[in-house]
Amino acid sequence: MHLPAILPWGAADGFSKQMLLVILSVVIIATFFLLAARKQQLVPGKLQFAGEAAYGFVRNSIAKDIIGGKDFIKYVPLLFSLFFFILVNNIYGAIPLIQLPSFSHVGGAYVLAAIVYLTWIGIGVKKNGLKYFKLATVPSGVPVYILPIVIPIEIISNFLVRPVTHSLRLFATMLAGHLIVMIAGSGIEYLVMQENILLKGTSVLVLVGAIAMYMLEALIMALQAYVFTLLTAIYIEGALHADSH
Amino acid sequence: MNQTIISAATEGTNPLVPNPWEMGVVLAGFAVLFYIVVKFVVPMFEKTFAERAEAIEGGIAKAEKAQAEASAALEEYKQQLTDARAEANRIREEARAEGAQILADLKEKAAAESARITAHAHAQIESERQAAVVSLRAEVGTLATTLASRIVGESLSDDARAARVVDRFLADLENQNAGAAK
Repeated sequence: MHLPAILPWGAADGFSKQMLLVILSVVIIATFFLLAARKQQLVPGKLQFAGEAAYGFVRNSIAKDIIGGKDFIKYVPLLFSLFFFILVNNIYGAIPLIQLPSFSHVGGAYVLAAIVYLTWIGIGVKKNGLKYFKLATVPSGVPVYILPIVIPIEIISNFLVRPVTHSLRLFATMLAGHLIVMIAGSGIEYLVMQENILLKGTSVLVLVGAIAMYMLEALIMALQAYVFTLLTAIYIEGALHADSH
Repeated sequence: MNQTIISAATEGTNPLVPNPWEMGVVLAGFAVLFYIVVKFVVPMFEKTFAERAEAIEGGIAKAEKAQAEASAALEEYKQQLTDARAEANRIREEARAEGAQILADLKEKAAAESARITAHAHAQIESERQAAVVSLRAEVGTLATTLASRIVGESLSDDARAARVVDRFLADLENQNAGAAK
């Protein structure tokens, strides 16, 4: 499973291709948006327009729509960074020769989910004090005799399962996509090598299926970046307005 | 054989076990990106958004202000026009009243003047007539006396008689005149 190390690094697996891609993604995103934002004009040029459209998507369609109010602007940097960091790292999987979505290695997904987990708990505590944990686990309007069942469920779903699903959703879709494309590629290679002409011909079917899967994967890569960011916004909103949920 | 494959598959290849170096790189990379976004990207875009909103809303506010000013000016002009009309009406009324007053005054003055002239003329005529009567009386008396003395041949130097004769004559003359005037 592990890719060969590019440089030997410590006792672990060394400097992998995945690490290089993660660093490269930071360079790509920062360069693009700094260039797009560099010469700001009221009537935007092409690059500025593209940058504004991308920024405006996260700002308005995710942060403003989900979090709303006057406070949403505070969380735009986090959501914006998350969305484009994940998007670029996912799209790597659809680029020939690179073909490695960074989050098909689970570590990155754990890190991002942990950042989000600590962020929304921090927001909730800052906003409501320690009462936040009561607000988040004891739903209002539930009969008292159901509470012994509901409270453990809430604790498990909000504080234990949520970060796990948040990270594994991203990781699993990326790994699965990566595997499917890889298996299809290997399958095509294997079938083409067959002596039997009919068996060789079936490689065309696999190729068609592989292309369809590739398109689907490209869609899922963008979609998962959106889903991860959207869920982050929902968690933050839930923490901000814990008293009204 | 199978056992080694299984152990190879389970050992070190569990996809759920993260590589700590990769986690470190992702954490560091994300931190750098987040810093750049917070420090530069978001402020730059927000500044442009705010400026654009400002430009649009400022334009709208300016247009609304101009419209309000225009309607206020229109209202003012209308007010002024109404005032001016009222003023004109007032002046016209005043002029009409004044004209009537002047006309009445003139009429009165003319009537007074004509009355004065008439009275004056009457007086003059009266005095002239009086003078004429006096002079005529003297002259006619003398002429008549002379004539009568010539005709009658009798001296009428006696003043009392002469005066009586003249008076009688004049009375006859006046009676004749009165009869002719009738």
